[in-house]
Amino acid sequence: MNLNESDKQLLGKVEELSGENAFSCYQCGKCSAGCPFTEEMDLLPNQVIRKVQMGDASVLEAETPWICASCLSCEVDCPKGNDVPAIMEAIREISLRENFDEVNLNELDASDLPEIALVSNLRKKTG
Amino acid sequence: MREIAYYPGCSLKDTAKGFEDSAISVSKDLGIELKELPRWNCCGTVYSLTDDNLMKQVGPIRNLVRARDQGYDSLYTLCSMCDNTLKRSNRLVKKDEDKLSKINNFMDQEEDYEGEIEVKHYLELLRDELGWQEIKAKVKEPLEGIKVAPYYGCMLTRPKEIGLDDPHKPSILDELITSLGGIPVDFPYESECCGSYNTVDKKEVVLGKTQTITGGANKAGADLIITACPLCHFNLDSRQAELLEVAPSHHPVPVIYFTQLMAVAFGDIDVSGFEKHAIDPEPGLNLDNTVVSKR
Repeated sequence: MNLNESDKQLLGKVEELSGENAFSCYQCGKCSAGCPFTEEMDLLPNQVIRKVQMGDASVLEAETPWICASCLSCEVDCPKGNDVPAIMEAIREISLRENFDEVNLNELDASDLPEIALVSNLRKKTG
Repeated sequence: MREIAYYPGCSLKDTAKGFEDSAISVSKDLGIELKELPRWNCCGTVYSLTDDNLMKQVGPIRNLVRARDQGYDSLYTLCSMCDNTLKRSNRLVKKDEDKLSKINNFMDQEEDYEGEIEVKHYLELLRDELGWQEIKAKVKEPLEGIKVAPYYGCMLTRPKEIGLDDPHKPSILDELITSLGGIPVDFPYESECCGSYNTVDKKEVVLGKTQTITGGANKAGADLIITACPLCHFNLDSRQAELLEVAPSHHPVPVIYFTQLMAVAFGDIDVSGFEKHAIDPEPGLNLDNTVVSKR
């Protein structure tokens, strides 16, 4: 597989932020089989990793990393011991570090929400 | 009375007050005093998965420093999200000297942390230090005939490096229910994520999961569900009440903290804090016919 410079850049960033080797994944799909949120996702978790392997920057536009709640179901199921949620977090972080907020605080009605929900959501979804 | 260092976290002082009150009460019954850590700070609720940003590890580690400075070697939590975050940060610095040294250099007012603290969940205290027989001995009102679905969720058992039980087939809550005289109900969603913090910006995702999880517990015959997580509790309790408005055929299943179930079985019903729940737990516990009438 030939990756051009910008492909390599995305792959490198994700690997650096996550501390994971993306090519440790051999696409068995077990993460996606056990993920409780696939019906809400536009890409399956293994497809997200495939795009990272290929350096495909369209993965940054995907909904899947913002639906993943780091529940670690995939992490305990992965036969290679890969930390899939860390890859998802790296993809989120690339956007968040560009001053992007997935959740707009000005439009948020937080009146009925407990502190634990707000703190965790804003830690994961705002830059 | 044995004293243990207790880290409450944000929810137990507010929305999950019934969790803390019931835990303090049942601990007294068990001869244990929960000594709240002075000057504790938020654990961050979610463990940071980025390898290059250590700032998010400082909060959890500071709490461990406070516990160490009080002369303890263990720190106990009730909230499973706090437990998870504190344990994983602790594990990270214990296995990576370089990261620990960077964090220590940053925390200039504290003495260096050297990994002296072990973080433990209250359930580990019950199972590993007291033992189920000890719990059984304190039961005054056995939960006879009450079917309880143990909801483990994510953070108690995953990842396996810090989990307190087998992530694929946990049993610790089942054993607690049995010790209290109740019947643990096997249901397929015991470890399935409730949608967690998506409750803030993707409520429909959580409503769907709430329907699946509480509906699954109902189908398995459960009278109620127990949890150790204030966020799971909000999603399964408050969001379930919202679900009932749009899905009237849904059969409501009350959701309570495991310490509240213990309080009922120990006869400490006054501290249960059930009035804060969106789905009234009393019918699930059959309180009218058993515990209350006997008082």
